[in-house]
Amino acid sequence: MIKEEFPLKKVCLICAKGTIEDVYATLVMGNGAVMEGIETKIFFTFFGLDAITKKQMNSLHTGTVGNPAMRMPGGLPFPSILGMLPGVEAGVSAMMKSQMGALDIPPVKEFLEMIEAGGGEIYACKLAMDMFKLKKEDLWEGVKDVLTVGDFYEKCGGLQTQIIFT
Amino acid sequence: MAQKVIAGISVDVNDEGYMTDRTQWTKDIAREIAREEGIELTEKHYSVIEFLREKQAKGETLTIRSVGTSGFIDIKGFYQLFPGAPMKKAAKISGIPKPASCV
Repeated sequence: MIKEEFPLKKVCLICAKGTIEDVYATLVMGNGAVMEGIETKIFFTFFGLDAITKKQMNSLHTGTVGNPAMRMPGGLPFPSILGMLPGVEAGVSAMMKSQMGALDIPPVKEFLEMIEAGGGEIYACKLAMDMFKLKKEDLWEGVKDVLTVGDFYEKCGGLQTQIIFT
Repeated sequence: MAQKVIAGISVDVNDEGYMTDRTQWTKDIAREIAREEGIELTEKHYSVIEFLREKQAKGETLTIRSVGTSGFIDIKGFYQLFPGAPMKKAAKISGIPKPASCV
């Protein structure tokens, strides 16, 4: 029997959160899709907009409170109360970034440029932009358009297409 | 280990068609694998191929970012040279293993 395979043709990603790990999950998956030759569209909404806002895009942080998977460098538990101290979040975030850099994972802006260079498309959510009082000129120049949810769904049509909410 | 005759030479390949012995690689083999992928190799392609082979020989992880900063080509140009899946295609043509990196 021949097993029929239906390889992915299009991937639509939605990023609604603005921590380092949430944004990078979206960017790694998006760039990975582009590298496989899969048509890729990424929709940034709510706090995810930070990733494509000029002012914020290269200063994202990891939350150090309320994350049970967070550990000390040696693997010991990381008490939430420690995460509340001034400077800890910034320190942890800097460490995350340096470790990613060592694996050749680029900063947010460069990562978006890589996705764009491969033909991936970046979109912003209109509703969230209105909520956060953001204008198109506040966004990174590579953002293709500001869309409503309906507009985005229109772009997500077709067989062998997946919508992924990171 | 599977064998495949490419450009008149019998070479070792894995089940995905990647060469498993980099010493068997020649420019003629590269040209023929590229043709199978629908690519006519130019000098520009060869400079990228040489870069990838050198990095792989040093045991470095191959990433698309490193190609973009190689000085030979930017990332957009890389996608144009090897359309579709550039890292995989370029690795296959370069006679090196499929890149085991997510970036």
